[in-house]
Amino acid sequence: MSAELQSYLILIVVGFLPSEIWRWLGIVLGRGLDEQSEIILWVRGVATALVAAVVARIILIPPGALAGVPLSVRIAALAIGFLAFLFIRRSAFAGVLAGEAALIAGALAFGS
Amino acid sequence: MADAPLPPPGTTTDAFLFGLRTAATSVFAFVIIFTYIGFGAMCHDYGLSVGWAMLSTVLQWAGPAQVILVTGLGPGTALIETAVAVSLSSVRFLPIVVALIPLVRRENARPWHLMLPVHFMAVSVWVEAMRHAPNMPREQRIPFCNGVGLALLSLGTIFTAVGYYMQAVLPALFGAAAMFITPISFLTSTARNARLLLEKAALALGLTIGPMLAYSQVQFDLLWTGVIGGTLAYGLHRVHRSRSAKA
Repeated sequence: MSAELQSYLILIVVGFLPSEIWRWLGIVLGRGLDEQSEIILWVRGVATALVAAVVARIILIPPGALAGVPLSVRIAALAIGFLAFLFIRRSAFAGVLAGEAALIAGALAFGS
Repeated sequence: MADAPLPPPGTTTDAFLFGLRTAATSVFAFVIIFTYIGFGAMCHDYGLSVGWAMLSTVLQWAGPAQVILVTGLGPGTALIETAVAVSLSSVRFLPIVVALIPLVRRENARPWHLMLPVHFMAVSVWVEAMRHAPNMPREQRIPFCNGVGLALLSLGTIFTAVGYYMQAVLPALFGAAAMFITPISFLTSTARNARLLLEKAALALGLTIGPMLAYSQVQFDLLWTGVIGGTLAYGLHRVHRSRSAKA
């Protein structure tokens, strides 16, 4: 098998299927639930806490290039972005721009 | 000559087009462009082809999982370990899809009708769906989600290629900045959507419990954080609700 073909096979078996399975499982588990039910409220809580956990994990144990930026800069940039969001009309865009600016400034000032 | 018939307002086409417009004006258009320029450039660094990089975006449509796959492809990492890491990083899709389905489902729909809209589902599309879909008639919700999802997925795929060919001219810090945009955008957009005490508490608990479990190297830390944080937040919501009912 050629290396090119093999890389596509890996993409499907190692990249696509292990990730997509959660979406399919979500269809199976979500089909029987009512929009107004109590369990849907619980699921929304779980989904929100899990997204927050993803945020924390990428900041604390970053994959790839972000690992080169010091931990203190990563945490400070997240906090600055969140504060900008709170104080600038609860705009997600303002939070993203402020956080990015803080990250880049911090990385330039304190090494990356 | 008569004008071509326009679809009356409120059709599924309108809902789809509204989805496209919503995506284009969303913070996530910017976030996806930035993220996937970074991902494309990273694929170039790792010696993958541009076609592979774009297909990864189309098929996986999960930023963190894509980064884990590419960094795990090198020698020294067993493929099964990479598959497990990819899968664990994507656990968030399960509760977001479960929370979405009752909102968009129609009585007569077959489960496979949901496979395409659910493939588009990512935190970005979910945030826009939870924000707008409850105010729309039920039959427009799936076309709306498809519009948002198709627009963002297309942007992601195109900018994967753009980033791939821009790799040589990107500043050194670009990769780190592109990777940082995922957590900061997830945080601010879910905070913006958090109207109930339930969601605010879940966000705060996830940010607190997540690091504790990750640093203690608990297996399945993301999953446990979701379940524990979500359950505690739901408990708080129940207490708060019964108190306000009595008051």
